[in-house]
Formats: sequence, structure tokens, C-alpha cells
Amino acid sequence: MTLSRRDFVIGAGCGVAFASMSSLPAYASLVEDSIAAFTGGADVVSGDIVLDAPEIAENGNTVPIEVSAPGAASIMLLATGNPVPAVATFNFGPLSGSRSGNTRIRLIKTQEVMAIAKMEDGSFRSAQATVKVTIGGCGG
Amino acid sequence: MAKDAKPRVKVPKLAAAGETITLKTMISHKMESGQRKDSDGNKIPRSIINRFTCDFNGQNVINVTLEPAISTNPYLQFDAVVPEAGEFKFTWYDDDGSVYETSKKIAIG
Repeated sequence: MTLSRRDFVIGAGCGVAFASMSSLPAYASLVEDSIAAFTGGADVVSGDIVLDAPEIAENGNTVPIEVSAPGAASIMLLATGNPVPAVATFNFGPLSGSRSGNTRIRLIKTQEVMAIAKMEDGSFRSAQATVKVTIGGCGG
Repeated sequence: MAKDAKPRVKVPKLAAAGETITLKTMISHKMESGQRKDSDGNKIPRSIINRFTCDFNGQNVINVTLEPAISTNPYLQFDAVVPEAGEFKFTWYDDDGSVYETSKKIAIG
């Protein structure tokens, strides 16, 4: 069988379409993977954790984020729309004064920022906040 | 990179025994994310500080894992309990293996 030019163009077009379709949910699955790696598949309940993020960030290169969860052993921060969703994980030691942390993060676009706390009793709590980004970080 | 990284920390000089104090830390570091490209279109390799720890008299206060999504000149603020007079030790771990350290004394008063 000989492959005509027309057949080739159609075939190649489908290939490209398929590749772009399959890459769409990649970020979402990365987020789920990060959550699963942190929680080990345990249920995550919302509440008991406060995530303080600006509603609008003029510059995605430095977005101040504050998170606190009384009774947490560690807190993971995720930027669900970034190429790499993981942002930071705070592990609190015996001399930690309050289970809170404050840092500055990069956001490539408008997206939801998520915090998941692992409590000392082994349960998990989460909080989310949407941050509008007008200039993206990550050099995008 | 080691020569550029300058750690800065803010610790009160005095605290009451058992008091909770706020510590602020920052280190100058470009935190290259590994996502950016140079003018020729080549990826600039990742070079970040991937871990930060704070200890007081050998006891851990906080241990933070940092990812490329942390801004240039990583800033961290957190609270610590001061049970006695002593020294806070702050340590940053670079991707290239360098370790940056600084410490601050605190008195009880």
C-alpha cells in the first residue's frame, strides 16, 4: 500500500490532535500525584487550616503566602496550575511555636493554591485559595 | 553560587522563658527554576536551595522542603518557642551541595 500525501497529512493531523488532548490533564494528575504522595491515599477534609493568599497578585514571581494549621505536624503547599505543582513542605519540630509558615512563591498564571496539613493524629486537612496573577512567574 | 548566597535572619535579642517568638529569614539566591530558557532557547538548568532547617540548642524548630516554585531570595517566617537562653542555628542546603549556615544568640530577660 502506498501512502498518498493526503493520507499522510490527515494521519499526522490526528496524531498532533491526540498528543495535545492527552497532554491537557497532565497538570491535574501531577497535583493528584503530589497529594497522594503526601497523604498516602488518606481522606482529606477541609477546615482547621488557614491559607492566607492575596486575591490578586500583580507579580507572579513573588506572591506572599501564609498558612497555619494548629495541631499540624507538617503542611504541604501546592500551586495547582504550575508546571511543577509542589511548592514547599513545612515540617514542624518540637520547638515550633505555632504551626504556621510564611513564604513567597512563584505562580505562572491565575490558579488555585492549595495547602494540605498532616495533623498530629494522622488525619489530613486542606484549604484552597484562588490567586489572580497578572504577570506570570517561572519566566513564562 | 556559594559566594553570592548571603543569609540574613531576624531574631529578637531577648525573650521570656517559654515565650513564642517570630523568626524571619532570607537568603540571597537566584532559585533558578529549571523552566526558564536563555536567549538561544536552551533550558537553564535548575539550581535552587532545596532544604532549610532551624534548630535551637540542638532541638529542631522547623524543617522546610523547598521546590522551584519558591521565589528568588527565599524568605521564610515562622514561630519558635524559647525554653532557655541559647542559640538558633539556621541552615540552607543548595542543589550543588553547598551548605550555608548562620546562627543567632538569644538571652532570657
